[in-house]
Formats: sequence, C-alpha cells, structure tokens
Amino acid sequence: ARHSRLAATERTLLYRTPDSQSRAPGVMRPLEESELEQVLTKLFSFVGKNIENILQRTDAPHSLRLHKKRVYYVRDDVMKRAVSIGRDQLVSLGLCIGKFTHSDKFKLMVGALDLLAAHAKYKMWVKPTSEMSFLYGNHLLKSGLGRISENTPANAGVVIYSMSDIPIGFGVAAKSTQDCRKLDPS
Amino acid sequence: MAPPRAIKTDATTTPARGGGREGVVTPRTARANRVKARSAAAAAGRGRPKGGQSTTTGKTRRANAASSSDDGRSSEDDGSSASEDDDEVVEKSTKKKGFSDENAKWLKPSAKTRAEENSGSDDDDDDDDDDDDEGSSSDDDDGDDDDEFAALDGAGDDDEEDEDEDEEEGSDDDSGSSDDDSESSSEEEAMLPIERKALKEDARRAKAQEDARAEQLETNIQEDDVYQLPDSDDEDDDGVPDLSAIQMRIQEIVRVLKDFKNRRESGKSRADYIGRLVSDLATYYGYNSFLIQYFLDTFSVEETMELLEANEQQRPVTIRTNTLKVRRRELAESLINRGVNLDPVGKWSKVGLLVYDSRVPIGATPEYMAGHYILQSASSFLPCMALAPQEGERVLDMAAAPGGKTTYLAALMRNTGMIFANEYQKKRLSSLVANLQRLGCTNSTVCNYDGRALPKVIGHVDRVLLDAPCSGTGVIAKDSSVKVSKSAEDIAKCAHLQKELLVAAIDCCDANSKTGGYVVYSTCSIAVEENEAVVDYILRKRDVKIVSSGLEFGRKGFTSYRGKNFHPSVEMARRFYPHVHNMDGFFVCKFKKLSNRTVPTSNDAFDEARAAMASGYFDTGNDDDTRIDDVNAATATEQQEKKKRKRVPGYVKAAKAEVEAELATKKSSTPAGKSKKAKTPKKK
Repeated sequence: ARHSRLAATERTLLYRTPDSQSRAPGVMRPLEESELEQVLTKLFSFVGKNIENILQRTDAPHSLRLHKKRVYYVRDDVMKRAVSIGRDQLVSLGLCIGKFTHSDKFKLMVGALDLLAAHAKYKMWVKPTSEMSFLYGNHLLKSGLGRISENTPANAGVVIYSMSDIPIGFGVAAKSTQDCRKLDPS
Repeated sequence: MAPPRAIKTDATTTPARGGGREGVVTPRTARANRVKARSAAAAAGRGRPKGGQSTTTGKTRRANAASSSDDGRSSEDDGSSASEDDDEVVEKSTKKKGFSDENAKWLKPSAKTRAEENSGSDDDDDDDDDDDDEGSSSDDDDGDDDDEFAALDGAGDDDEEDEDEDEEEGSDDDSGSSDDDSESSSEEEAMLPIERKALKEDARRAKAQEDARAEQLETNIQEDDVYQLPDSDDEDDDGVPDLSAIQMRIQEIVRVLKDFKNRRESGKSRADYIGRLVSDLATYYGYNSFLIQYFLDTFSVEETMELLEANEQQRPVTIRTNTLKVRRRELAESLINRGVNLDPVGKWSKVGLLVYDSRVPIGATPEYMAGHYILQSASSFLPCMALAPQEGERVLDMAAAPGGKTTYLAALMRNTGMIFANEYQKKRLSSLVANLQRLGCTNSTVCNYDGRALPKVIGHVDRVLLDAPCSGTGVIAKDSSVKVSKSAEDIAKCAHLQKELLVAAIDCCDANSKTGGYVVYSTCSIAVEENEAVVDYILRKRDVKIVSSGLEFGRKGFTSYRGKNFHPSVEMARRFYPHVHNMDGFFVCKFKKLSNRTVPTSNDAFDEARAAMASGYFDTGNDDDTRIDDVNAATATEQQEKKKRKRVPGYVKAAKAEVEAELATKKSSTPAGKSKKAKTPKKK
C-alpha cells in the first residue's frame, strides 16, 4: 500500500499531469480537458466557428482560467500579474464567463454576454414592449419577438438584442425559425 | 422728558371745551372759557366775581400761599374779602381741611368731600383757580396743570399774568369741571360726565400715542443694539424644542456675531454667543455639537450656515457614461427617449450627465443593464480625472468598491493595461465585481487585501488611486447618520488609517516608471485632520511631492489650521463643498513620487540611525521631501546634493558622526560580531 501511495505521488510529481487534484483547490489554474470541453461546447452553440476568435485572438492573447469553480476569460498579461495574488484574496479576473456547479456542469453567466454578442451567430431582437419583461426573467414569446436571424435551428444558443441593438441577454431557442413562423403568438 | 409732558399737557388742555383743538390753550380760548365759567358760576349762584387780577404770577402766588400761614381754605372763601391773593393763596395752600379760618363757622365744605370737587365747586374764577391748583396737586391732570403752570411761569411775566391766569383758569375750569359733578351750575354739571369721559378718552388716546412712540424708540434702539442672549438656564426645555424660536435665535446670534463689537450685550463673551449658537444649530439641524463646533472652527459663521443648509438637501443625481461601450450623446438620446430629463453635468466633464427627473427608474433601464452608464456622484469623477491613467499602464485602486472610480479608470485606459482593484470589506466585493462585469472592464483584477499589506503583494505599479475610507463629513446629505455619530476620536481613527494606507499606496507606486509615478489621494470628507494633515504627514514620511491635480475648480487646500501649519504645497490640493460646487464634500490631492526610497527595516545599528534620521525627528528645515538624504551618502540624488547646501543643525552632525563611527567599527568587526548585531531587536 505504501508503495502504491508513493508511486502515485511520484507519478504525479514526475509526470505532472494537469490533474485538478494535483493542485490545491481554488488556485487559479488553466482549465482541465474535461472542463474545457464543456465550456467550449456551450460556447459553440452560441458562437459556432467563431470560437477560434475567442481563444486565439490576434490583438491580445486571452486564455481561460479557472478559479474557485468560476471560469474567467482574461488577457494573458493581466493573468500573469494576477498570479501574485493569493488564492483567498483573488476575487475576479477579467471577465467571468461562467461557473461550474456542484455537480460540475458548466453554466454560462451574464458576464459572457459581451463576448457572445461580439461573435454571435444567431440573434433575436425583442420588441420594446416585451423588453422589460424579458429583463425581469420571463421567457421571450413569439409575441415579443421583433426579428430573428435566419436559419436558427432549434436548441441553438441565441443572443437577444433590444431593438436598438443593445445585447440584453442570451438563451436557447426553443423553436427554430421556421417553426416560429408557423406557431401562435404564444 | 419733553415729549410725554407735551402730550399730557395737550391732553389736559383739550377738554370738552366745545371741541377745542388739541394743543395749547390760547389766551383767547382761555378767556372765552373763563367767561363761560364766570357766567356759569353766576348762573349757579355763586356769583362771586373774581377779584382783581392778581399781580403776581401763579408761581409767586403759590409761593405766597405756601409761605403765608393759611387757615385755609380752598375755593370756598367766598366771603373772604381778603385780597384775592390771600384767598387764592389760602386756597391753594390748604387742602381738604376743615376750615380753620374765621369763616369756618359758616363756611362748610361742599357735599362733595373730594378736595378737587370742593375746590372746584363754589367759586368761580377764584374757585376755579383754587380748584385748579388743588386739583393739579392731587390729580395727574392737575399735576400736569402744575407742570403747565410751571412752564408757563417760567416764561411768564407780569404782562402775561392775564394769560397765566387765564390759562390757569382755563385749566382750573378743566379740572374743576372734570372733577365736579354736583353742585356746580347745571350746565357744567351736564357737561361734566361727558367732559370727564372725553377727558379720560383723550388721556387714554394720548397715552397710547405716547406708548407707541416710546415703543418705536425702543425698537429702533433694539435694531441697533443689544440682543439679549438668553441664559442657558432659561432653556431647560424638556419638551419639544420650538424650532421656529430656535431659528429666530440663530438668526439673531449670527447677526450679533457679524458686528460683535457694537452689537454685543455687555457681560456676555463671544464664547457665550458661540456656545449658544452651537447648541441651537445642533438642535435645529440634528447634529451632535462636536460636528457643529468643528464646522464653526473651520469655516466662518455664514459659511457654516450655508453648509448646514446644503447638507439638508440631496445633491442632484449624476450618471457617468461608460465610454467603453457608448458615447455620451447616444446615451443621452436613448435615455431621453425613455423619458429621462437630463443635461450634461458641466464643462469640466465629458462623460457626466445630470439627471433632473425621470419617468423610469434610472437604475433599471436596459441601458443600465447593458452597462452603458453607472450611477456615480459628480465628486467621484474628480480623483480619476486627476489621476489620468494612460493606456497600457498598470494602475492600482486601493479602495475600489463599489467600483465607480475603477470603471472610470478602465474607461480612461480603454481597457488596456491593467487595473488592480482592491477592496478590504468582503461584503462590498460583490458590488465591485458586478460593476466591473457589467461595464465590461476586462483589464481588471479584483483582490481582497488590507490595503496596508498591498506593497508586498502587488509590487510596483505606475499609478495608484486611494479613495480612502473616511468619516464622511462631506456626504452628510447622503447619509445623515454621520451628523450624530462622529466624534473627535472617530476622525482621529480615520486619519490614522488613512495615513497608513497612503504610505502603502506610495510604496506600491513605482517612482521610476516612464509614464507614471503618480498617486492620488482623495476623501469624501471636509475635515482637516483627514485631508491636509494626512497629506502633510506623508510629505515628511516619504519621498514625494504634491503636484497640481489638473482640476481647475475647487477651493485650495488649507495651509494652516488652528495653529497647525502645513507645507505650502498643500495649497495645490483641492477641496469641494456642497454649498459651493453643488457636489458632495470632497478632497483631492495628487502626488508625484520622486524616488523609491523608503525607511529601511533592517536591525543594523547603522540602519537604525538612518531610520531615526528618516523619521523626521531631527528637523533639518522646511523642505519636507528630503530629510532622509542627509545620512544616506550611499545613494546620493539630486535632492541630496541640494540638501547638503542647507545648514545642518549640530545634533544632526553629531548623529552623523556617530553613525559613521559605527560604520567604521562595523567594517572592522568580525562576522561573529555582525551576527550578534543581527539579533538586536528590529526597529521599524
């Protein structure tokens, strides 16, 4: 048993797999494979191929970092400087994209809105009348739908704009564009 | 007292004498009256003609009367064939007595036992004279008659005898007629009650007039003169204080203090007035007396009043457009479309908007959600404008929550560079993070340190903004609990914390940065201990100098305050007041760091001496920047060379010599010796 234990720690030390358990929990670190996969999948549904723009930006390299179960999208030089801040004291880096829940599912948060809006593939526009209703958390019904971008498949990630092109939220399209046309206003 | 006398005499000389006009009785009227009286007397049956005119004046007559032994009597000496003078004299002199002259047997006092009545009833002129005299001695009116007589007598002469007599008679008539009810002629009697009433009415009217005049004089005097300061004993009001009365008193005391020499009440010192004013203002506005006293010490009385009034009202709501996402004009348009009434906040800012009113809640519009603007008070723009971070710099905001200033810095830097946003209180962190996220400041990192520990963590940055936690005496309009909760200890504690934070802030800053090296210190307080005193302290403690903040409006910082003198460059700091600039009370000061040298913390004796020098205890002059340099020969800078030119006091030289001696011994000491030295207690 002792041997195996030793072997295990040796193994981690030697090979340094980027295992999340190898570091103290909550320390700022790059995302694991599994985590990265989840995040990217989520983003992909909103952004599609533009996802490359997100991760490999030409103007300034950004990266995703995990800190205390939250995922941050942050510029590299900022990130490097933030390393000196202790684990308990660091609160936020750059933009918080989303977080991992207790059951390790990734949820996108509102901080991602800017990012998504910049690269969104499918968009919806909401009528001014239903704007506030949407902002207060209600779902967007067809009656409140002003415009919708073409070819929005069902269950696609959608970014919602107000009529003055201000992004106000994102969500999942319940129905595709074609279905929307057919359906009743509710 | 000439006027009252005049009034009174006027009154008495305006009897119901056929509506005689007010004023002095002229001889003509007097004669007429006399005639009337005579005829009346004749009708009444008294019929005793007035004797020869007395050749003496009234006064002399009276004197004669007084001097002559008098049996008698009063008016009733009808039968006395003695000279009129005697009679009159007699009459005048005696009062109300039984008749003691030889006529006593058959002369009886009239039924009216009143002296005046007696005197007035029977005789005609003589009677009248006597009446008058006697009446005048007893009555007010009569007294006035006396006065009148005296005045007349003074002027009078033999020539004016008649007039005197006439007037006397007239007045006699008056008094006699007023006094008598009874046995006088029926006409007179008929007149009498009316006359009496009329006389009383006139007297009353005259008195009222006189009172009014006197009052007017009094009020005139009051305006120019003494406000009676109520004693504090009077003011033990257990019940609800009368605010309007207190307000009146406040106005009065302020007025007195304006021209204290002339308007003071003798016996009350200035301190009495000020003490009263403090307690009244405290009651009226709801402060504790410490704060009122503090304002009165710092400002003039009028300005304190203005400040207190301004603190009662809210400052207008202002928002700052987030230039990372939208331009001010576009934002203004979209907000106006939503029904918000707004205006640019002033020429001094390109991103501020002043909100007058709005149909929708200003913090809940979609634009707000999208991070196009943030609710921020106008005074909070100022330290960021003063700091003016450039693109690509590294900036530290030491007390960042809720993030208005941090986001402004990010907007100024266009999301380049890096911002460290530090906040000590955990519960305010979430608001800071939320604002940063909402406004899209991607170059920022939030951390949760005590500001004093930051230099070790962060290392060097280009610029630092310290919006220090303060007592909040400038934002009373927003938070009126400050009125009662602050005391001298609170302010001293805040000041201490601010000094430590400012030292840390300066230590974080990199003096050698190419574009930076600036620290801005700001508070939302108008207390001198927290502002100028802290700034002055830091000038002595670190190698910094104050530079112009770039804000063209605002009052200059105080260079001296109640005996404390600050460095003259403190004048470049700026103060803002609610009653002058219509924004929250604020203080902004911008420093430029000159070098990275700080007080060393090693335990070496040499370093101890150097630390002692650097602490400022050994004062080498007024130049606050470079006291450290005297001893530090190793790292000579420009300032050091400059300082060497200045005269160095003897004890400093001695200390230097000592230090150098130590150095010499240290060099020659053994390593063992050195380690021993290392064990000496650390001196910070």
